[in-house]
Amino acid sequence: MMRHIKRFYIGIIFFFLYAPILILMIFSFNNSRYMSRWDGFSLKWYADLFSDRDILSALYYTVLIAILSTIIATVIGLVAAVGIHDMNKLGKGIVINISYLPVLNPDIVTGISLMMLFVLMNMEPGFLTLLLAHITFNIPYVIFSILPKLKQMNKHLYEAALDLGATPFYAFRKIILPEIMPGVVTGMILAFTLSIDDFVISYFTTGAGVSNLSIIIYSMARVGIKPTINALSTLLFVSVLLLLLIVNKRTTNNTGKENVL
Amino acid sequence: MKKTWIAYPYVVWMILFIVVPLMLIVFYGAAKTTPEGIEFSLEHFQRFFEPLYIMVLIRSLYLALISTIVCLLLGYPVSMILASREYRDKRILIFLMVIPMWMNFLLRTYAWLTLLEKNGIINTFISFLGLPKMDLLYNQWAVVLGMVYNFLPFMVLPIYSVLIKIDRSVIEAAEDLGANSGTVFRKIIFPLSLPGVVSGITMVFMPAVTTFVISRLLGGGQFLLIGNLIEELFLKSGEWGFGSALSIIMMILILFSMAIMSKYEKENEGGGLL
Repeated sequence: MMRHIKRFYIGIIFFFLYAPILILMIFSFNNSRYMSRWDGFSLKWYADLFSDRDILSALYYTVLIAILSTIIATVIGLVAAVGIHDMNKLGKGIVINISYLPVLNPDIVTGISLMMLFVLMNMEPGFLTLLLAHITFNIPYVIFSILPKLKQMNKHLYEAALDLGATPFYAFRKIILPEIMPGVVTGMILAFTLSIDDFVISYFTTGAGVSNLSIIIYSMARVGIKPTINALSTLLFVSVLLLLLIVNKRTTNNTGKENVL
Repeated sequence: MKKTWIAYPYVVWMILFIVVPLMLIVFYGAAKTTPEGIEFSLEHFQRFFEPLYIMVLIRSLYLALISTIVCLLLGYPVSMILASREYRDKRILIFLMVIPMWMNFLLRTYAWLTLLEKNGIINTFISFLGLPKMDLLYNQWAVVLGMVYNFLPFMVLPIYSVLIKIDRSVIEAAEDLGANSGTVFRKIIFPLSLPGVVSGITMVFMPAVTTFVISRLLGGGQFLLIGNLIEELFLKSGEWGFGSALSIIMMILILFSMAIMSKYEKENEGGGLL
């Protein structure tokens, strides 16, 4: 009896979580633009989606900003983490605590503070300001993914390499980098997903002509329902699902290997 | 050999894009322009204490609090069921819990917009039953619903990750000593799960207090939360001073509660999933 109640409860919760998304997806194939009635199957909203210049340009900027900000934030963050790791206690404490601010601060505060900076620096809001904002909120996540790995590392290995005649850069590449690679990858994944998904900070730091998908969805949804958004949701949901399935499968395979060893 | 210097480019970046912008907020919040120039003033903070703005803050806190409580009440049983031994393959259920978190947050909110609107599915269903259509959208319950829907997984996952780590033998020992399931829950499971509850509350309450998207899309124009107010001050009326003062108040509120929460978590050695 108890068992059935539990299953029923879990069922209700998953229904609550998934029903809205599923209904959205089903109605993306609806011929009518109203969600109150089913007017037959149609792909016209998908056709609309792929001929909508605003949405396509938003998709382009979303991906471009995510890739660029991830690469730049990873490089700056990686170098910064190595340097911070070597700092004395005081310097380390100051830099780490300041880097925590964008992580802890509400997004809206980070957004408006950057917006004020860009306006006062006379920068035209647009692609560059958006990119700078994304790099800024990504770097701390990269640093905080790498620092624990550096802490776990045996610091004598690097010194040994130098004693054996390696240049600092060679020793970094051959000794430090392989050891902290898992942290670097985690940081990159975090940065990429945060950038792809960001709305609030982008909303305040971008300008006319440059929008990401979140901003487009927000401005369309404010006006009302538009079935093109349903089509967009369906495509995004399916790609997220596929991506998660692949990542999940890969990690399972990896842990499987570890078990064998 | 020290490699400290290679962090300097980042330190410059950090000062320019983290420290300076925050100082700008403080500067604009605590300054006023007079004919003679700029002088220190707390008038923006005084303005906040007008009943209109205090109400906005109270409303934000109130709606966030209700959403957090609903998430806790709905989410705790979910975490318990997921953590129980009944489900052999719980990985798939956890996976199902995580997927919505990866879905764009605006789309999740938009989904409810389409469900609740006048000609939406729910009203179609209601009128199909022969009942009059209802105004489901643009009221505070729609906002709470949107918050609960968006943030429920943030409550479930931290609690779940603490619950599965509880040592079964502690529970068995209590049962052997004659405790019934209610006592086991009250005396063992719930106290041990508190770190998860605390991080769950943090992860729901913080974004709920600061949101302006959910309240704009589901609450309509009249449902002003502190986030909406800040947005309007900066993007519409251009009142940076008052907007900055509000941001400072919100920031202090959030950082202060974070500090309390993290202190509590450290003492209890909790671990969030994220």
